[in-house]
Amino acid sequence: MTERVPVWALAGGVIALIAVVLATIAIVGDDTLPERAGPPIEEIAVESTRLEPNQIELTLRNTGPDAVEVAQVFVADAYANFTGADDPIGRLHSETITVDFPWQEGQPYLVSLVTSTGAVIEHEIPVAVETPDNDGDLFALMALLGLYVGVIPVTLGMLLLPAMRRFRPAWIRIIMAVTVGLLAFLAVDAGLEGFEIAGESGGAFGGTELVLLGAGLAFMALTAIDRYLSAKREGEGGASGFRLALMIAIGIGLHNMGEGLAIGSAYAISELALGAALVVGFAIHNTTEGFAIVAPLVRESERPSIWRLAGLGLIAGAPAILGAVIGASVTNAELSAFLLGLGVGAVIQVIVQITPSMRDKSGRALDAMTASGIAAGAIAFYLTSLLVSV
Amino acid sequence: MDELNEEDERALKVSRRKLLAGTLAAAPAMAALHEVVPHQGVHDALGGSQHPDALASGGHGSHTGPAASASSVTHAHLNGLGTAGATFRDGATVDHKANGFNPTEILRDFDMGKTTRLASGRLLREWTLIAADKDIEVAPGVTFPAWTYNGRVPGPTLRCTEGDLLRIRFVNGSEHPHTVHFHGLHPSAMDGVPGAGAGIIDPGKSTTYEFDAEPFGLHLYHCHVSPLAEHIARGMYGTFIVDPKEGRPDADEMVMVQNGWNTTFDAEGNQLYAVNAIPFHYVDEPIKVARDELIRIYLVNILEYDPINSFHVHGNFFNYFPTGTSLSPVEFTDTVIQGQAQRGILEMKFPYPGPFMFHAHKTEFADLGWMGFFEVGE
Repeated sequence: MTERVPVWALAGGVIALIAVVLATIAIVGDDTLPERAGPPIEEIAVESTRLEPNQIELTLRNTGPDAVEVAQVFVADAYANFTGADDPIGRLHSETITVDFPWQEGQPYLVSLVTSTGAVIEHEIPVAVETPDNDGDLFALMALLGLYVGVIPVTLGMLLLPAMRRFRPAWIRIIMAVTVGLLAFLAVDAGLEGFEIAGESGGAFGGTELVLLGAGLAFMALTAIDRYLSAKREGEGGASGFRLALMIAIGIGLHNMGEGLAIGSAYAISELALGAALVVGFAIHNTTEGFAIVAPLVRESERPSIWRLAGLGLIAGAPAILGAVIGASVTNAELSAFLLGLGVGAVIQVIVQITPSMRDKSGRALDAMTASGIAAGAIAFYLTSLLVSV
Repeated sequence: MDELNEEDERALKVSRRKLLAGTLAAAPAMAALHEVVPHQGVHDALGGSQHPDALASGGHGSHTGPAASASSVTHAHLNGLGTAGATFRDGATVDHKANGFNPTEILRDFDMGKTTRLASGRLLREWTLIAADKDIEVAPGVTFPAWTYNGRVPGPTLRCTEGDLLRIRFVNGSEHPHTVHFHGLHPSAMDGVPGAGAGIIDPGKSTTYEFDAEPFGLHLYHCHVSPLAEHIARGMYGTFIVDPKEGRPDADEMVMVQNGWNTTFDAEGNQLYAVNAIPFHYVDEPIKVARDELIRIYLVNILEYDPINSFHVHGNFFNYFPTGTSLSPVEFTDTVIQGQAQRGILEMKFPYPGPFMFHAHKTEFADLGWMGFFEVGE
């Protein structure tokens, strides 16, 4: 061989070959393969439900392989007029139908969609309550809620910093262990919720794997950010404690976005009673998160400025506002599952980061003290989570 | 609808006050009440009953003249945001032409058969029933793979007089085995069940059932192949009338077969209910009858998967002849309950003109399609 083929030509050639083969299969395949036996597979997921006086609005998505025609609708065993979805809904396509029905507040309803083949797809409305409008008032309310459950408690937790700075070094290891316990339980909690929500999705865009994808992406992204920052600050030294605090704040921020999302969507479908008890519950619960953020700063010789601390609080708390607004305006199980997954991945990455600071002089991270700390953290998170089950 | 008079307004105020007294925080309650009970809302709530004038004026004006009453009933349903009654989407109707039958025609379609006077003086009546698989549009846009007699559901209404000799040739053009099982008095070999006489008639095969027409009354026929419930639910049934020798008084006669469609095939109830196969059909095409004229309804219940069915007529009462085996009624009522295969003859006259609803007073069935209107003319 006198002249080597350039790499780009080789790769291009292979890609072109793949394209030709796939195109051939696509064209010829229909003729060579038998059609699927049996009736069409009709699957519809209801992505959102809006209730207005005398009207039920459903956003439908076809999550099955075949087109679905919604021919008739009955609600609580009575056929009802409706508009929308005039044509069959294609795979992964979405349509909104509006059903005329004099629903009564507080009652459960079963909406049955009858397809052109006579199949019935049922959608349950556990409790009928008028859906709040997506107007400025709602966004203002959600922003306030995010502030209450996100920014304020996290900042309150960070107020522990001056007291923690007076602790002896042995205690600091325990504090880090408590943080790990908190975060570990948080990851488990958020992961389970993500799986649960993913299970409610139609599955067209994947269900539980979206949680895992979100977790993986967040983990890799935070790892990359961390490596980038540490490489940049090589030689400057001394910033590792703050960097760790920042990573924790980002991780918790991603988690709080998922939490805000859950709150917002629960409010949107009227499953959430907003009240002082809930807000206070979240405040106590999320105060533990503020504690986790400032824990790495305890050993810093230089006191961080108040602005840096405020910045950390905002990074960790403000995403709750964003999450609440998103959650109240779009009900999408896949999105919720993915965002919860992001939080899980972020929190796991933070745990990986914190673990070295739990080490004693001999380099062991787990001893009686830290194990107790982790247990205490997990229990504290569990107990406070009982106050806020959404 | 009528405006509220002073007495009504006073009564309403009293009830508002009572409501207020029961509320702890008066000020927010006032505001809430204002939203819950707006003035127009009260008018609608009190005027919600279906006044004939409201029905007649509820149309979109696209129809005029005699036909207007038919469409106005439908459109009134659409205008009420669900409060004016159950309806299919846009009040649409099925394609009767594609179905090959129209319940309006089935209603008064009595098949007397081909008659021959035998040497003995008896009358021989002959029919041919052909089993056929057929897709039927049972609700607008919803197709049901039905099994039929002669391509229609219910099958033809076979009518004879007691003492006639009946000969029913059955040809199975379906892809499934079937029979015809008649209710009535006949020899075992003519029972149309597996294991007796010709037994199961396989696809492409035929047989002839022959027996005497007795006893007089209102009967039915249906397929009796297993699984029995499915063979019935798929549409294999029809009405079998044996008139008494002396006949019945002249009347505007009609046949109503109460049925359902289990479109999901889960054998747990039905998704659609009807008389003569098509839900809401007699809402879309009300049954035209004359005031003070005797109406005779041959009412049969063949509904599968639900234990009972019922018939109720508005603004009227009827004489009820269970199974039609007696010439004197047993009850004067406006509602009758029937289990599966129960049937009876209803005789009534409408004293007032206008639209009068009839429906299952198992109202769930009514909202799922089993309702209709009589349009009583002068």
